[in-house]
Amino acid sequence: MADLRNNFVGIKSPNPFWLASAPPTDKAYNVERAFKAGWGGVVWKTLGEEGPPVVNVNGPRYGAIWGADRRLLGLNNIELITDRDLYTNLREMKQVKMNWPDRALIASIMVPCEENAWKAILPLVEETGADGIELNFGCPHGMSERGMGAAVGQVPEYIEMVVRWCKQYTRMPVITKLTPNITDVRKPARAAKSGGTDAVSLINTINSITSVNLDTFSPEPSIDGKGSHGGYCGPAVKPIALNMVAEIARDPETYGLPISGIGGITTWRDAAEFLVLGAGNVQVCTAAMTYGFKIVQEMITGLSNWMDTKGHRTLDDICGRAVPNVSDWQYLNLNYIAKARIDQDACIQCGRCHIACEDTSHQAITQYVDGKRHFEVMEDECVGCNLCVNVCPVQDCITMVGLEPGTLDERTGKVVDANYANWTTHPNNPMARQAAE
Amino acid sequence: MGTTETGILSGRLSPVEYEKNFSDLHPPLDEHEALVASDRCYFCYDAPCMTACPTSIDIPLFIRQISTGNPIGSANTIFDQNILGGMCARVCPTETLCEQACVRNTAEHRPVEIGRLQRYATDIAMRENRQFYERAEPTGKSIAVVGAGPAGLACAHRLAVKGHDVVIYDAREKAGGLNEYGIATYKAVDDFAQAEVDYVLAIGGIEIRNRQMLGRDFSLSDMLAKHDAVFLGLGLAGVNALRAEGETAEGVEDAVDFIAALRQSETKSDIPVGRRVVVLGGGMTAVDAAVQAKLLGAEEVTICYRRGKENMNASEFEQDLAAAKGVTIRHWLQPKRVIARDGKVAGIELDYTTIEDGRLITTGETGVITADHVLKAIGQTFEADGLGVITLQSGRIVIDDEGRTSLDRVWAGGDCVLGGEDLTVSAVAMGRDAAESINRVLAAASQPAVAVA
Ligand SMILES: Cc1cc2nc3c(=O)[nH]c(=O)nc-3n(C[C@H](O)[C@H](O)[C@H](O)COP(=O)(O)OP(=O)(O)OC[C@H]3O[C@@H](n4cnc5c(N)ncnc54)[C@H](O)[C@@H]3O)c2cc1C
Ligand SMILES: Cc1cc2nc3c(=O)[nH]c(=O)nc-3n(C[C@H](O)[C@H](O)[C@H](O)COP(=O)(O)O)c2cc1C
Ligand code: SF4
Ligand code: SF4
Ligand code: SF4
Repeated sequence: MADLRNNFVGIKSPNPFWLASAPPTDKAYNVERAFKAGWGGVVWKTLGEEGPPVVNVNGPRYGAIWGADRRLLGLNNIELITDRDLYTNLREMKQVKMNWPDRALIASIMVPCEENAWKAILPLVEETGADGIELNFGCPHGMSERGMGAAVGQVPEYIEMVVRWCKQYTRMPVITKLTPNITDVRKPARAAKSGGTDAVSLINTINSITSVNLDTFSPEPSIDGKGSHGGYCGPAVKPIALNMVAEIARDPETYGLPISGIGGITTWRDAAEFLVLGAGNVQVCTAAMTYGFKIVQEMITGLSNWMDTKGHRTLDDICGRAVPNVSDWQYLNLNYIAKARIDQDACIQCGRCHIACEDTSHQAITQYVDGKRHFEVMEDECVGCNLCVNVCPVQDCITMVGLEPGTLDERTGKVVDANYANWTTHPNNPMARQAAE
Repeated sequence: MGTTETGILSGRLSPVEYEKNFSDLHPPLDEHEALVASDRCYFCYDAPCMTACPTSIDIPLFIRQISTGNPIGSANTIFDQNILGGMCARVCPTETLCEQACVRNTAEHRPVEIGRLQRYATDIAMRENRQFYERAEPTGKSIAVVGAGPAGLACAHRLAVKGHDVVIYDAREKAGGLNEYGIATYKAVDDFAQAEVDYVLAIGGIEIRNRQMLGRDFSLSDMLAKHDAVFLGLGLAGVNALRAEGETAEGVEDAVDFIAALRQSETKSDIPVGRRVVVLGGGMTAVDAAVQAKLLGAEEVTICYRRGKENMNASEFEQDLAAAKGVTIRHWLQPKRVIARDGKVAGIELDYTTIEDGRLITTGETGVITADHVLKAIGQTFEADGLGVITLQSGRIVIDDEGRTSLDRVWAGGDCVLGGEDLTVSAVAMGRDAAESINRVLAAASQPAVAVA
């Protein structure tokens, strides 16, 4: 059995699956249930400053998109940080941590961008015995209008400043949670690092409108006929989150900075992908909100079985393993030549590959051969783009096959070169020509 | 089709026809089909399907594990509750169990294909011979399990996991009980029953002694003298008699014997069957006998049942299967007399029946069906000697909710007990739960006695 024990910036948990700061971690009742179900840790629902708590809307907070069979693919919310009293939260956190000493309990915090506000709340949180804090610089709605959340997360200088205060006023590890609502996620990550953060976590939710009611012309979710943009999460955001995690993992300036990966994690496989792309652990919200806490059992057994099958013993054996393989486009090997191949026994003759290639790509798949309906790749036209593979409804029916060096590429009439060559040295690249001249 | 000669003959079909007729009823799902099927599961909370499963397999979890490409973890989830999950996936009448309860059955009359998904996962794990359990520290206790059917095997496996040593005694040549001798051929092809016995025994600590019959070779008190506890999973060794004239004519056969012979035959071409077969009964055995008689090349097969369709123990699905294979099912007919010619069956005379004041009566009208082969599937009975003073009721062993019989240190489960459901999966559940009870009792007994001051 693989060893799933996780040590993230000194915070230990029996497995790398934490619940992200959100409704599943809003109070002791939920968190106790989560720990019973097997979650390794939780980031408590974001705390605000002392005083009357924020209020949420009293109508729908969620919008969603679904597959045709009602599988939830993306969720959007307009919820704010906790709407419960600070001291109630702190009291419950302390009790839960006492009941579950082996699980990670992190306090998520969002207070105004003023030194005193942070200085005031940190000792209170520390007193609960929490294992660390997460700075919520991500919330894209409601809080940002008040100069918090994403409003801070979008200004690297503010991030650096707040992280610095936190490192100054607490001994707890600091995790900085980043917003994806920014052009280059490396900038806030670098700022957090300069401020002295122990880790970053990402992504928070993405600005979105999931749908519009075409009878009332109100965006969904509709509150008394009006809607507001919300934060998007769930399976649909995973590719965006993966890229942002990878960008930080391979950025020379933040290289080695621990990352807690978040965004659309629904299965063990999603989690494994985040881990190999450089995350030290993962956080989950929408999957738990869709299926309940028991979902973690699938994640734990799935990750463990995959590791066993591949001979990986600990999380250290897998974390970051894919990072060296994330490259800039300009360094990809232009001498690698692949062609689509159709397995005629598997092909059900739907014609989708043909029309995709014919109408929108490179006219490289036949429709008729000798007067019969027959779909076959013409190697002298195929550029190896992979579109047909992605539109074919039959699994493994079309595969991309790399040509062996020394064989002829019928499209270009050139022999496949075994040597690696990329765009930086390609004769068509004006920069390369300049460098050569 | 081959020969349609009258009489009970073997070799009615060509080898190719035999092979085709007795191949897998539901071919296994391939990976893509399994992913599509598993994607339909809603991962229900407190799932109704799970409640409907007599062994309470965590169905939403195992299906989700299939959908995430983790069939090995899925098999682990299944075997945790039901070590014979492979056979159950093939033989459970899912249409009256888990799949009936599935919320998608409620919603759109098309349940998640739980049985076939269960087979998908367990097949993969068994093919790779992935064993999920290790034996606990040896306890030094020894338990006798009498009967190597589903109840006995499930009990033995759970006991072995707990670190006990188990000896299984079974009267027959091979282990497996009705998995080996009763289940319809097309439900468990490729000698699956024996492969499963091997898989279960691989845990170690279980010895099987075949051809050892309780009441003939040993008694219950012999077992109690030799072992710390005894589990009885004896099944139903007897069959009901027809009590009709002509029952001894050549060509009148017990359906269970007919099926057992069929199951033991390699090619099926050596199993004789009549040209016109009448099967008496209305349960799963009747349907299995009728369908297999048809598949062996009988020209006409008729099931005669003495009550209405709604009273039949065979499920709707089984009845449809029989109909699809060309079996005629007739209701409200009760055997009156086997018509014999030269000592051989020539037909059967039946009384028409009806219900009057809640009682089944004959109407006085009779009919005759021409037949050269009559298969009796009118119920099995519990039969065993050497049990001593154990309490029986309605001819079955009485147990409490943990599987304990009236005798100290003796547990029982499966078809032989009162309240048994005559299903493989129920036998597994009872065997497993009895093992837990035995383990609790033995563990409590081996606690050092607390000194009383
Ligand atoms: C024809 C037929 C078809 C069936 N089809 C299905 C189906 O499709 N699905 C389903 O769920 N259920 C089916 N059943 C029912 C199912 O097979 C039984 O419920 C199940 O096998 C019961 O398990 P068991 O362990 O209690 O008994 P058995 O399987 O009967 O096993 C009992 C074992 O005890 C041994 N034994 C008996 N007496 C003695 C003795 N005196 N000494 C030593 N050993 C002894 C026997 O040799 C046998 O190995 C079918 C039954 C029959 C008869
Ligand atoms: C209803 C809801 C409320 C959330 N509230 C918070 C919050 O208070 N603090 C925070 O840092 N993130 C919050 N999030 C963002 C999640 O923690 C998480 O970053 C995001 O949902 C992406 O993960 P997922 O795809 O697994 O849901 C919230 C998300 C949802 C759906
Ligand atoms: S999920 Fe619960 S709280 Fe929310 S709208 Fe439905 S019933 Fe009300
Ligand atoms: S898309 Fe796939 S199945 Fe359809 S014609 Fe092309 S190769 Fe065949
Ligand atoms: S009831 Fe049906 S949909 Fe629900 S968990 Fe069971 S199999 Fe899945």
